[in-house]
Amino acid sequence: MIGFDITILLASVVAGATPILLATLGETITEKAGLINLSLDGSILLSAMTAFVIAYQTGSSLAGFVAAALVGACVAAIVAVFSVYLKQSQVAVGFILTLMTKDLAYFLGSPYSRLQGPQVGPLPIPLCKDIPFLGQIFFNHNIPVYLGLAAIVVAWWFLYKTQPGLVLRSVGENPRAAYARGVNPRRVQICYAVCGGFLVGLAGASFSLCMKPGWGQPQGAEGTGWIALALVIFGGWDPVKASIGAYLFAFLQVISINLQGVFPSIAAQVFQVAPFPIMIFTLLLVYLVQKESVTRYARRRPLMRSIIKALSANAPASLGKPYRPD
Amino acid sequence: MNNAQKAIRGFFRYPAELTLLLGIVFAFTTVVLLIAGAPPLDAYYHIFRGALGSWTRFSYVIKVWIPLTLCACGLLYTFRIGLWNIGVEGQVTMGAIFATWALRFGTQSDTPAIAILLSLLAGIAGGALWALIAGFLKTKGGVHEIFAGLGMNFVAQGTTLWLIFGPWKRPGIASMSGTEVFPEGLWLPYQAALNISPVGFGLALGAVLLTAFILIYTRIGLNLKAIGNNRFAAYLFGLKPGRYMLLAMLFAGGFAGMAGSLQVCGVYHRLIPSISSDYGYLALLVVMLSNYNIFYVPLVALFFACLNVGSIQLPMMLQLDSALSGVIQGSLVLATLAVQALRMYLKERGTEA
Amino acid sequence: MLLELKGIHKHFGKVKANNGIDLIIKPGTIHGILGENGAGKSTLMKILSGYIQKTSGTMCIDGSPVDYHTPAQASQLGIGMLYQDPLDFPPLTVLENFLLGQNRGLLSKKAFFQKQFEILMQALNFNLVPDTAVASLTIGERQQLEIVRLLNTGIEVLILDEPTTGISGLQRETLFGAIRKLAQEGKSIILVSHKLEEVLSLCDCVTVLRNGVVTGSMVQPYDSKALLTMMFGTPPAQPSKPAIRLGEPIFSMEMVSGTSGRAGLSDCSISIRQGEVIGLAGLGGSGQEVFLRIASGLERPVSGRIFIRGKRMHGSDHHRFKKEGVTFLPASRLEEGLIAGMSIMEHFALKDSRGLLVRWNDAYQKAEEGIGRFQVKGRPGTRVESLSGGNQQRLLLSFLPEHPVLLVLEHPTRGLDMESVRWVWEHLHNSCREKTSIFFSSAELDEIIMAADRVLVFFEGRVIKDVRTEETNSLELGMAIAGKV
Repeated sequence: MIGFDITILLASVVAGATPILLATLGETITEKAGLINLSLDGSILLSAMTAFVIAYQTGSSLAGFVAAALVGACVAAIVAVFSVYLKQSQVAVGFILTLMTKDLAYFLGSPYSRLQGPQVGPLPIPLCKDIPFLGQIFFNHNIPVYLGLAAIVVAWWFLYKTQPGLVLRSVGENPRAAYARGVNPRRVQICYAVCGGFLVGLAGASFSLCMKPGWGQPQGAEGTGWIALALVIFGGWDPVKASIGAYLFAFLQVISINLQGVFPSIAAQVFQVAPFPIMIFTLLLVYLVQKESVTRYARRRPLMRSIIKALSANAPASLGKPYRPD
Repeated sequence: MNNAQKAIRGFFRYPAELTLLLGIVFAFTTVVLLIAGAPPLDAYYHIFRGALGSWTRFSYVIKVWIPLTLCACGLLYTFRIGLWNIGVEGQVTMGAIFATWALRFGTQSDTPAIAILLSLLAGIAGGALWALIAGFLKTKGGVHEIFAGLGMNFVAQGTTLWLIFGPWKRPGIASMSGTEVFPEGLWLPYQAALNISPVGFGLALGAVLLTAFILIYTRIGLNLKAIGNNRFAAYLFGLKPGRYMLLAMLFAGGFAGMAGSLQVCGVYHRLIPSISSDYGYLALLVVMLSNYNIFYVPLVALFFACLNVGSIQLPMMLQLDSALSGVIQGSLVLATLAVQALRMYLKERGTEA
Repeated sequence: MLLELKGIHKHFGKVKANNGIDLIIKPGTIHGILGENGAGKSTLMKILSGYIQKTSGTMCIDGSPVDYHTPAQASQLGIGMLYQDPLDFPPLTVLENFLLGQNRGLLSKKAFFQKQFEILMQALNFNLVPDTAVASLTIGERQQLEIVRLLNTGIEVLILDEPTTGISGLQRETLFGAIRKLAQEGKSIILVSHKLEEVLSLCDCVTVLRNGVVTGSMVQPYDSKALLTMMFGTPPAQPSKPAIRLGEPIFSMEMVSGTSGRAGLSDCSISIRQGEVIGLAGLGGSGQEVFLRIASGLERPVSGRIFIRGKRMHGSDHHRFKKEGVTFLPASRLEEGLIAGMSIMEHFALKDSRGLLVRWNDAYQKAEEGIGRFQVKGRPGTRVESLSGGNQQRLLLSFLPEHPVLLVLEHPTRGLDMESVRWVWEHLHNSCREKTSIFFSSAELDEIIMAADRVLVFFEGRVIKDVRTEETNSLELGMAIAGKV
């Protein structure tokens, strides 16, 4: 067996998953409130560029992160306003923006291509990193990685354990009923679209200041936004399940690099594009699993039933259909 | 408001909206240029000259116009029935792959014309097949066409790379510049004087006329419209929505595939990694900006092609990235939506008053 | 809390849903509101609960006038309503649904609200577990949750809109027990219902609405006959369907059951003969819609058999039914029957499905013919969404084929005036001479008696009355609709 250290492997999975984790969590929040932000892919690139440029100009990666988060939030705000107040199609606006922000990123970022810029330094946590096995995997990284891990916990806690999170979920399910209870669904949707966009911006920054440092054309972050959108569905709009999906995806990527040496006959491209057919297959499965013929078949097979339960992804009922006051 | 006032309002509305639209885009683009530290008027000038400055330049515009128009024509079918065929990009790529495959047989034959014809047909078939897969995933598998399309775009891209670096690689070293160039005999006929391929131009023009005909005069066009507007009522009228969705995808994929094969036979004469050059995605914007109207499509496509070709000058002349064209194109469509929202708002205000 | 309504008007365009309604609700009473379909009960309640705005009139609480614009404001003033379609959040738990809207602040305070929840459950003899998802509750249980939630926000007036449709007998008894208890505690309950028995047994006083006005009120003890007259009026003598010799049975349903809608359809067995017209009566949601959709193949029955001219039809889809000559006319014109964004001419072109090319000249002519014959106020190029409701109905009728085997019509004359209704039925009866059979539902008993040979009255998903129209009258039918057979 080729010697590869499993701890190092898992550690690189945890680290490498950070951008997609942040983006997925951000979009989960946005979609849980009922809004689809299709501009993720371009938005990540634009925030990545912003982060790098600002960090390069100011010398501070923190400034870069903040700027990127603001950019992400702005783009999401545009989608939200167009959808909620201007009554245009979310899909259309999101798609236009994903192309436009990508071009904007390439255009504004081109003078900064292939430059060396500030990167986030490693920050191992003193005591925790010495825990055997787990220490290396989780506590020997840098701030963005810890941020990602924390984000999972915060997102879960916020959605399920707080009142504002409950309001968020209720708007995503039935904005009409939420309105009848004194909630302002439009304001809620815009607010959480912006919050989600903020996280997406952070994801972009962690690309250009951390995982794939620098800027170029291509940067390396291309395609991540689309994967994040699929992961939200894969995770059934639940932050914890979506995070698992993000880690699985990162695992696939890391493996594909390593397995290249092991299976030279299988093309590199197979590993690179593998997530997409898997995503389609998962979506297919989620759909078929809910069909009547399948549930009838599973009635007498408890194992199938638990698989179906795990796969049953229920979209927030008002996803994509913003609230129109009567 | 009496009829005369209504008529005057209507007459002035379109130019007023158009001015507003162009004004917004112009302002936005100027701001972006200023942020990049570039002189805005020079940039516009270079784009203009880059596209229309000489006949050679304009022939490049036509070269871009051809696949863009073809894809846009195909997308009119899917938009009409209410589908977001984002997979058009992969359909172009697949068309290109199938066309290359067919042309490779032509290297041994002595009737190159047949080989070219076959490769065009193969391209159409490839694109249509790719679209059908997404269509079935939607109708039978409940997978939204955006995700199916996207996923298959990436698979198509990956397949291209694999072919270029694998089975179809150049003898010697595999290179990012694509497969081996086909011998001139297998190139699409070329009008040296005009610097364009009349076959490609003719096909694109034909696609526009054919689409106009189908959408306006045939039952297919009417049925697509009915299903797209109200699926249930269309079902009550006796139509089968699933079947028409597949048909629309077939058309869209076929046209996109044709665009792909033209890229191989007429432009690059080999398979390259970015054979589709994002024309698929751009075509979606073209259709949106044309307000889904076939008669505006060739004009908008021409405008977008000018922007694309013109902005190639920017890196050389002003050290700017040519992605500016994408920014302008995107903001045009976005501004259109904003103006539309304004129109709806004023209308509502008007009826309430 | 004394609630007074004076001169409440509500106009929807030209339609006057509420036309000057006065109402007084005293504290500690159970006040019933009776009326048939379209009497204005729902509109009035929606105004009371803040869901829609009145056009004019005043509302006073304890003598002082109030004005509110949203349901949240109404509940702050003490008025809450239980809607027919529950406004809740299915994936969230019972407790989360309970406390949503009441809690300010960051933390969930679940323990605090759970206590209040349990106290109310005990007091009203309800039995819900806080952690279950609302999606898994029955309608009756969702009602209980909503009532308890409204009570916890401090309401004094509780409006119940047709609460007993689709709930079990036991749940009904529990609900009635809770209502009585609340009234004893000084709250006012407004019960909107078409079910005479329930209203008579539960309410202290009753107000009857008809055509947007109050036609009378009564206190215990009640005179049912007088109440029914107030609800349905005395019908003028109407010409009835010309006698046509009926042919053979061509369509039959045997023990058909369906699950959609609030009450579903249970074990329905009906057959219809050539040339026969059968009208379906009953309050909305009692099963007529399910019947019509199953009869046209748009819905698959859960059990039972359907035959057309001896052929097995159960399990087939609507297009197969269409091939056998069944034509369906939906009630929601723009959502299901017409295609917004297309013109009248395009609709006619759509109907003619021969050939590759659209025969636009043909379509234009047919459109003109249809417009002329059915007197649609529009031109062939007019978009259907800009037609008025009545004209849309006429257009839909003009699409009906010349000699169909079976017509399945949902509210075919909705939005049309008396003259047009008469004319439409003349036209339809002519087809009956050519052996067409018709199933149709209507909210107007007068229309059913005039146009149909037979009438089926639906109640809670079952046909409780199947009688020839010449052997009954609107009073009897009204009683059946209210549940009294």
